Amino acid sequence: MAAKRVGIVGVGMTLQSSARRDVYGIELINEAVRAALDDARMTRKDIDAIVIGNMDHFEGINYVDTWSVDGSGALGKPIMKMTTGGTTGSTVAMGAYYHVASGMFDRVLAIGWEKNSESDTTGAIITAFDPFWDRPTFGGAVAGLALEATQYMAETGATEEDAAYVAVRDRKNALNNPYAHLRMELNIEAIMGTPYLAWPVKLGDMCPRTDGACAVVFASEDIAGDFPNAPAWVHGVADRHLWAYTSDPYVNQHVKGGTWFPAMERATAELYGKVGITDPLEQFDVAELYLPYSFAGLRYMESLGFCERAGAPALVRSGATDMGGKCPVNPSGGVLSSNAIGATGLLRVAEAALQVQGRAGDRQVPGASLALATGFGGCYWSDELVIGIEKPERNRG
Amino acid sequence: MDDWRESQEILVMDGRIKVPYTWSAGEVGTSYLEALRDEKRFLGTRCPNCDIVYHVPRMHCPDCFTECERYVELAGQGELVTWTVARRHYPPLSPLGGRFGYGVIKLDGADTGFLHLLAEFEEGELVTGGRVEAVFADEREGSMLDVKYFRPVKGVE
Amino acid sequence: MEPVAIVGVGMTEVKRERAADTVADLVFEACTKALADSGMGIDDIDIVLTGSNDFFDGRTISSMAVMDACGSYDKNVSTVEGDGTFGAAHAVMRVLAGWGTCLYCVHHKGSESVMPLITNAMFDPLYERFLGIEAVTASALQARAYMDRYGVTEQQCAAVSVKNHGNARLNPVAQMPLEITVDDVMASPYLADPIKLLDCGPISDGASAVVIASADRAKDVSGRPVWVKGIGYSCDAFHLGDRDLSKVDALQAAAKKAYGDAGITDPSGQVDLAEVNDAFSYMELMSLEGLGFCERGGAGALTESGATALGGKLPVNASGGCISSNPVLVTGLNSIIECVLQVRGDAGDHQVEGVGTAVAQGVNGPCGQSQCVWVLGGDA
Repeated sequence: MAAKRVGIVGVGMTLQSSARRDVYGIELINEAVRAALDDARMTRKDIDAIVIGNMDHFEGINYVDTWSVDGSGALGKPIMKMTTGGTTGSTVAMGAYYHVASGMFDRVLAIGWEKNSESDTTGAIITAFDPFWDRPTFGGAVAGLALEATQYMAETGATEEDAAYVAVRDRKNALNNPYAHLRMELNIEAIMGTPYLAWPVKLGDMCPRTDGACAVVFASEDIAGDFPNAPAWVHGVADRHLWAYTSDPYVNQHVKGGTWFPAMERATAELYGKVGITDPLEQFDVAELYLPYSFAGLRYMESLGFCERAGAPALVRSGATDMGGKCPVNPSGGVLSSNAIGATGLLRVAEAALQVQGRAGDRQVPGASLALATGFGGCYWSDELVIGIEKPERNRG
Repeated sequence: MDDWRESQEILVMDGRIKVPYTWSAGEVGTSYLEALRDEKRFLGTRCPNCDIVYHVPRMHCPDCFTECERYVELAGQGELVTWTVARRHYPPLSPLGGRFGYGVIKLDGADTGFLHLLAEFEEGELVTGGRVEAVFADEREGSMLDVKYFRPVKGVE
Repeated sequence: MEPVAIVGVGMTEVKRERAADTVADLVFEACTKALADSGMGIDDIDIVLTGSNDFFDGRTISSMAVMDACGSYDKNVSTVEGDGTFGAAHAVMRVLAGWGTCLYCVHHKGSESVMPLITNAMFDPLYERFLGIEAVTASALQARAYMDRYGVTEQQCAAVSVKNHGNARLNPVAQMPLEITVDDVMASPYLADPIKLLDCGPISDGASAVVIASADRAKDVSGRPVWVKGIGYSCDAFHLGDRDLSKVDALQAAAKKAYGDAGITDPSGQVDLAEVNDAFSYMELMSLEGLGFCERGGAGALTESGATALGGKLPVNASGGCISSNPVLVTGLNSIIECVLQVRGDAGDHQVEGVGTAVAQGVNGPCGQSQCVWVLGGDA
């Protein structure tokens, strides 16, 4: 028996904000879960299994899968926890996809959440790295990304202003998203005027710390037609994670024939091969990309094949990735506008689903039918999913 | 191949994850802890659909997700559902010294039990199904430790 | 279920402290052994899953520590936090979804931190954590509830410890082979009534790995495949006071699903061996009841009758169980691996004669809140 085709039939997200003090963590999770169930016109009883993810040390809770049962709806149901760092949300989506594709479950709830307001995010992130070799000197996510930005600028001649263009784009898009945490219209000059966090990365280039949750219902092809919304089909998934040490992304990317961001490039090659993508800029109608800071909106476009190497500044400045462009990127406002880390990757998938279903409200890309969603984390971990309104002729993996 | 392990000391690095946390109690948790702190009262919530009074309180019923009614006042004493005596203390964790234990306690008026400390008992005095009562701290600051512990109710079987 | 097989297994020796080995070293050893057992090389592996826990490892994204060691380079890779039975269940899903082979590994170094501090962090920060509750005291609450409800005695729990530590003497990878008596267990100090020192699993370091393959790919392997006949998992309420702690509803639900898959209607008659969770001795008794091997409250007497001993009608924890080797998370996968070895006839000195069908169990969370059950068998 072949693997089941899998559709997204319900999406729920909470308001993303700097501190959701009005709800306890379990209640925040429940808010997203109830929204997703309502969206699919289901009740808790209809769910066959649950996959949940967050980062343990961001809330200081061990075994979140068992702790959160009152909110997740897992009472009397199968639940497992998947955690891979920044990619957690997209990993949860892929995990839920595999739950359904396996034929073991028909209706699976994926939950990603975080209350970043409740701890020291950078303090916790530093513990992601090796206690002997990296932890004493690693400066956290901002400094790590700044190394990448520096290298990218040196190798391509890209400028801080090029990156600021990406920040302006995503921040402006967030004005259309009622769930977004930061909703601000800033021009390049304004971004350039924000203080440096770690050169060349400025406050305006960087994602915020956010409280929020997202829940998505994945359904088997056998029952996906039974829901009020047309399913957003998962056309394919792929991921790579090649490294473990902080210096790897800046030194070892050329090892074994790697080029730029090899984890993303290899995942992309597998995924596009399976789904049949040869010209992403033409074939994708919209992309929801995990861009943790503005420079990622340049470099990652190249690794995702939207342009040649070093071609991203020209691509984004052409307007091709703006709303109304050839392939709008991050109509939701993206990670620069909301970053509840465990929810972030799942939000990309949820937004991609809403886009191809034509349910994205003011942030809708007209006529979108095929979308790319990504997750970024770990030591350059790359999760990628293609979501489309058209039902694939078979499960393509 | 393993020779080096025998001839050489293995270096072990000490570390500690020190991340401060600020858990927001939310609306229901805040009301609960305030009642404990200011009025020495225990509050539960009731699912109107399942007719279950939850203690500790839930905003939504974990089973049917119906919003629970706020609040049902519960007694400061109840039944000891199960118990243990903690013979080995872990100093950074244990809030009490001397003889103490843990119990799952179903307060009068609640349908579910909750976890708390037990103290002021003699060896052999704790029994499953026995009656226990809350002993409040003099200084209360809005946490579960505003109740110092529960103790057996004297003169009751 | 469509046929999926375990075609290779690898375990490190479990010890109280393996200071000379990092978690990556342990994982590399386990993966290398599993690959060798399957007769495959890393190039034959399509995807990789890892298992770990950020709290136990003192590391955010704890799986990153083993990315080099698990052989996932240039493969799809993901991580399930929690017990090995759950991670391996997800590996089965990925194989059912079309991947030919999946290497799954899980590690634990209990020696590197302070267990009560870590298990305390399982409890709710608002309502429970500051009371100082942790795994031993919480389990004691469950043991009391179970024993009071059914009249199970401390001696009956002690008999589990005696049996399993004795079985460990026949298992070269076990940490605590002991020749002890019920009196010895009874004389060991109370940690939290009614749990005594010799009722508890130790602190352990270890890692394990399995290679899971589709029926198609299982044809290529050198050894004898052992087939996944059924998997079920389920979760109970979190707050201890929300549950009837004397019952194991989640285990019953998980077993019902796994048995349904496997066509098991009479567990006592159809299962030849069980590897169950015995991190505390009373848990083996509750597990036997939840798995349907006897009536509620009947497992103490069943154990005293010798039925669960190595030569009994239903040997339980022939490996020595978690009470003898307790690398948390790894324990569930070790239960699966023991079942595989027993079905293959490769269990060495603790081999049980004629194991056709075996059951493995794993848990997550306090007091067995989330339970996973596997049925493994010799025929596809």
